[in-house]
Amino acid sequence: MGFGWAVMFLGVVALALAFLYAPPEVTMGDRQRIMYFHVASAWNAYLAFFVVFVSSILYLRKGERRWDRLALSSAELGVFFTTMALVSGSIWGRSVWGVWWTWDPRLTTTLILWFLYLGYLLLRSGEEDPRRARLAAVLGIIGFVDVPIIHMSVIWWQSLHPVVIRPGKVDMVPPMVLALVASVFAFTALYFYLLRWRLGLEALRERMMLLRERLR
Amino acid sequence: MSLYLRQVATLFWKDVLVELRSREILSSVGLFCLLLLLVFSFAFNPLEKDLRPVFPGILWTAFYFAGTLGIGRAFLPERAGEAFSGLLLAPVDRGAIFISKFLSTFTFMLLAEIVLTPVFFALTRTPFTASPGAFLLALLVGTAGFASAGTFLSASLSALRAGELLLTVLLFPLLAPAVIGAVRLTEALLTGEAEMASLWFKALGAYDIIFLVVPWILFDHLTQEV
Repeated sequence: MGFGWAVMFLGVVALALAFLYAPPEVTMGDRQRIMYFHVASAWNAYLAFFVVFVSSILYLRKGERRWDRLALSSAELGVFFTTMALVSGSIWGRSVWGVWWTWDPRLTTTLILWFLYLGYLLLRSGEEDPRRARLAAVLGIIGFVDVPIIHMSVIWWQSLHPVVIRPGKVDMVPPMVLALVASVFAFTALYFYLLRWRLGLEALRERMMLLRERLR
Repeated sequence: MSLYLRQVATLFWKDVLVELRSREILSSVGLFCLLLLLVFSFAFNPLEKDLRPVFPGILWTAFYFAGTLGIGRAFLPERAGEAFSGLLLAPVDRGAIFISKFLSTFTFMLLAEIVLTPVFFALTRTPFTASPGAFLLALLVGTAGFASAGTFLSASLSALRAGELLLTVLLFPLLAPAVIGAVRLTEALLTGEAEMASLWFKALGAYDIIFLVVPWILFDHLTQEV
């Protein structure tokens, strides 16, 4: 239980730093504050997909169920955080750029990533089948390997078109940096907290399936 | 010829023979491709608008969509009568099975593309301004990565219930670089931007190699039938 309280404490500290301590940005004003949560979500998304990648390799090599559980749980959280990043970025984009979406390389890569792991979850939502788990693991590896390639290709794709809107380069004053670091830290703690619960849930579900089998 | 190559060649020839007798993949892929061209023509109206700027996009969308159809069918004959289990039991390297399946899918797709490309140019009234050799090479690099990633996914998905439905959903995000690369390359070839063309040739080539080698390594894990 201590973990949960610690995460909550970190969250409150991050909120306070982001909304009270950090000064409003010169041109964007308070609208810039969404960045603290946006960056933290995006960072967590990449962290979560990296965990999927590593645990997929371990699952294929060792064949232990717990690595598969870890990959599935982390993928779900990764999609959640990617959604958060896309939505928060879109809201920010609407208020600062004036558009909900632009085909900026980073945005496009994140969107493709979101589709990729949504497909991963769709694959996992079918009936229990070790083949499904193995294919998911393979996809978890290939998908992650594909990320830098997707990013490169999207950058080149865009380089041929005039980019109408570029995200402003943000030079941050120290209080902003502190708020951002705190926010990233709090979100990462949240990720691990949720991951632990999700893993526990998956283990329980598997035990239930086993019991059901035995009762049959 | 080494044993490995002979295994690949034998398996590849088997697929070619099956296709020669049934003509299932080539006819359905080709027909679907033409129908897509028809749909695009209705949607964009080549008589009123200049389709040149969007032509590469039309071409590759049709090829990839139709290709998905062919890829989805690649392993179906193997599933009938448990032929795939037989194939796995045969003293053949799993990698060779993958390579041969990739080669046959790739060959069928490329054949359909070569036949249909002139039709696309003619019906959309786009002048063919590229060098034929370079264009053929573009078709080749644009198709190889697609065929490889597709074959790989299809191999495992065909064993699952409703697996074919998942194929497109899983395939296209992975293929995003290939789609971008193929369209940009074709564009560069048609407008004569040599520098751009060579950049995309290299990029697609690298993508193809990665998507041939990684599935080839991982294929063994996918085919451990339970």
